[in-house]
Amino acid sequence: MLKFIATRLLQAIPVIFIVITATFFLVRAAPGGPFDDEKVVLPEVKRALEAQYKLDLPLHEQYLAYLSDLANGDLGPSFKYPGRSVNEILFSGLPVTAELGFYALMIALVIGVLAGVAAALKPNTRQDYIPMTLAMIGICMPSFLLGPLLVLVFGIYLEWLPISGWGAIPGDKILPSITLGAAYAAYIARLSRAGMLEVLSQDYIRTARAKGLPEWKVVTKHALRGGLIPVIAFLGPAFAGLLAGSFVVETIFQIPGLGRFYVQAAFNRDYTMILGTTVFLSTLIVLFNLLSDITAAWLNPRLRAQFKGGA
Amino acid sequence: MATVIRTNNALPWIPLLLAVLISLLTGCGTGESNVVQGNRNGILHYGNGAEPQGLDPHVVTGVPENHLIRALFEGLAVKNPVTLEPEPGVAERWTFNDDRTVITFYLNPDARWSNGDQVTASDYVWSWNRALHPMTGNLYAYMLYPVKNAERYAKGEIDDFADVGVKALDDTTLEVTLNAPTPYFIQLMDHYSTFAVHPETLMQFGEMTDRFTPWTRVGNIVSNGAFVLTDWALNRHIKMAKNPHYWDRENVSLNGVVFYPTENEVSEERMFRVEQLHRTEGVPLDKVPVYRAIADSPYMQDPYLGTYYYLINTDREPVNDVRVRKALSMAVDREQLARTVMQEVVIPAYSITPPNTLGYHPPKLFDFNPEMARELLAEAGYPNGDGWPGLEVIYNTNEAHRKIAVAVQQMWKKHLNIDVTISNQEWKVYLNAVSQRDFQVARRGWIGDYVDPNNFLDLFITDGGNNNTGYADERYDDMILQQAPRATNQEERFKIFYDAETMLMEQMPIIPIYTYATRHLVHPSVEGMTPNLMDSLNLKYVKLVPGRRLPQELQ
Repeated sequence: MLKFIATRLLQAIPVIFIVITATFFLVRAAPGGPFDDEKVVLPEVKRALEAQYKLDLPLHEQYLAYLSDLANGDLGPSFKYPGRSVNEILFSGLPVTAELGFYALMIALVIGVLAGVAAALKPNTRQDYIPMTLAMIGICMPSFLLGPLLVLVFGIYLEWLPISGWGAIPGDKILPSITLGAAYAAYIARLSRAGMLEVLSQDYIRTARAKGLPEWKVVTKHALRGGLIPVIAFLGPAFAGLLAGSFVVETIFQIPGLGRFYVQAAFNRDYTMILGTTVFLSTLIVLFNLLSDITAAWLNPRLRAQFKGGA
Repeated sequence: MATVIRTNNALPWIPLLLAVLISLLTGCGTGESNVVQGNRNGILHYGNGAEPQGLDPHVVTGVPENHLIRALFEGLAVKNPVTLEPEPGVAERWTFNDDRTVITFYLNPDARWSNGDQVTASDYVWSWNRALHPMTGNLYAYMLYPVKNAERYAKGEIDDFADVGVKALDDTTLEVTLNAPTPYFIQLMDHYSTFAVHPETLMQFGEMTDRFTPWTRVGNIVSNGAFVLTDWALNRHIKMAKNPHYWDRENVSLNGVVFYPTENEVSEERMFRVEQLHRTEGVPLDKVPVYRAIADSPYMQDPYLGTYYYLINTDREPVNDVRVRKALSMAVDREQLARTVMQEVVIPAYSITPPNTLGYHPPKLFDFNPEMARELLAEAGYPNGDGWPGLEVIYNTNEAHRKIAVAVQQMWKKHLNIDVTISNQEWKVYLNAVSQRDFQVARRGWIGDYVDPNNFLDLFITDGGNNNTGYADERYDDMILQQAPRATNQEERFKIFYDAETMLMEQMPIIPIYTYATRHLVHPSVEGMTPNLMDSLNLKYVKLVPGRRLPQELQ
């Protein structure tokens, strides 16, 4: 098991390195620079700015300087927000985005697993078709449509819930969490249905039933564990996706998270901020994938046996 | 066996998740709104458009930054919110010498920094050195270029700041020597790039020219305006409280202000409707008719010192021919555009300077005239659009710009029978294309930094950084740069500007489209938010009256 983890960690390093290098050169190749503005920047001012941000150095020296700063954990100063470092901005946005992602994931899990299991227990009946149709709609409906719809219904017409902000008014976290979680709930519902269907047809389930165990025990004790493996494998990438993909939701609900900074950094050509967020998120994605692989392996008796034998 | 049961049983975590979710959900239900609470406590809740880049007056630029910095700091002179004429700020009065090239500012001896220190003339000398120093990289350094030798210092041509025309004669007397009489110079004292900063505070965190130090953070910043910074939660809010050391504190009614980064106009409008904000930075275009229909509407629309226009690259065919440029301009039905596409939130423009810029009215040389436009186009060799080589209009990606471009494209097709392509470009790509002059026609907007025709007309001097059209005329340069500053009175000066603008518009290097207007929603409880051309708000004059509610239709 340790060997497996160590190998996967070593594999992650070149991945992240390639991401850094590609991003570094790509952002600089994009037309326009961080200091271009509607009102033209005087040449003498531009020179001073470039010197302060080391942009006057040859490209390879900038690259090496960035790598050496990065090795010290310093993501550099933001171009767009002078006086703030990229580290600071990331860490101000991360807890918010993580919290949003966490709530969204929980909503997705509860709704998704319940719907998926219910559907799998009575396949090809109404109990299957209704949640699965809803799940299909959930997958298809983009958050930039669902968000305003929820706002319209629950915020404006019914006036039950606040429509923007994060943590300022009680209840303002509900709509964004649902908006973000809905698509993932739908995925999870379909994954758990498929997983459960496969497991429920296995011999050991028939054995359990033959022993005379009540159906709820068969499901919760024996079937769920195997049936949810695909869901668990999906959780790592899903959480990373929630972190990186919350931009739309954060914009609709004015949530001060990471996602909003990420895309704006690209529009602003905020080189250090783009790089910082990319490095940070790609590291997270790699880590979460690794975590979900480990969990999946641990849950799967066949793989677990392999590790025991190998180690 | 017990372990097996525990790990096998997946049931417990579903109720657990449900419990957490429900606890999340039970937090719902709205309490007292920001507005009601704010009215009681004297706290204004202010939609500020965007998260500011920062609060350092010599480093940042932008409208949200302007609102914040002008609440925290005060210039030598401030603008009267109604007339926009300068009135005392840190300086209680100022005098001019005979040829109006030397200004002596007499600082209010009661003017204090928020730590209690006196605001002195030498603070200004130090701060202007910082604002102009080449290493600071101040985008607005040129605001101080009217000061003698300031431009040379900023360009690194001279090193000794003592040669620049600003001297502290004593603690409360500041003498400023200008290159030439500059009638709008006092106005510039209300622009944040000319504000003083507290030298000791800055030096505590780094060098004078450092851009990255944390001196503007809560707890560090020392300022001299009506308010002080008390809280700054990135992308959430910026809170300010009344400054107990401010010299005119008795006339400050508010106890505090909370600024919100309201980037999304739609959400901002919703926040306003549920009384989370006293004032919004904008109003979504499609909501304007709704708000207009309400009696005692909180909707406020006022002319703004800015012009929306199309830049023409006069070196590219077919727009290198002035007849083609005129034909294009005359075939745009600005009244219709303003009425339909822009919901009457703008004013049709026929020149670059907005009307009534401190009493200046620009020339109007043409009108919507499709017949004459067709004649001009025929003269240029494209009768009824025959042989038209095509034309491309670029704009930065934005729904409003697209709608206007589509409308203009249709008007040109209808009235001139010519095909024009319109293409959107991402913001920085578009900026790059404009500055490299890699376009035929490009959308452009210009918002004035100070109320004077000069601010619009000096765009088009030969090779001016924001000219981008290729328009070059020595006579025009001479009028703007030499004759106008030497005019002995405003009437003569405006006459020179008028003649220069007439020359410019006869060459039509731009197609003016409309004059901007500001759109805000202002809660009925707010008093003292006087509209003006600069959208320049002095929070010192704002008062809150408790007990007033939004009109019934909005509740």
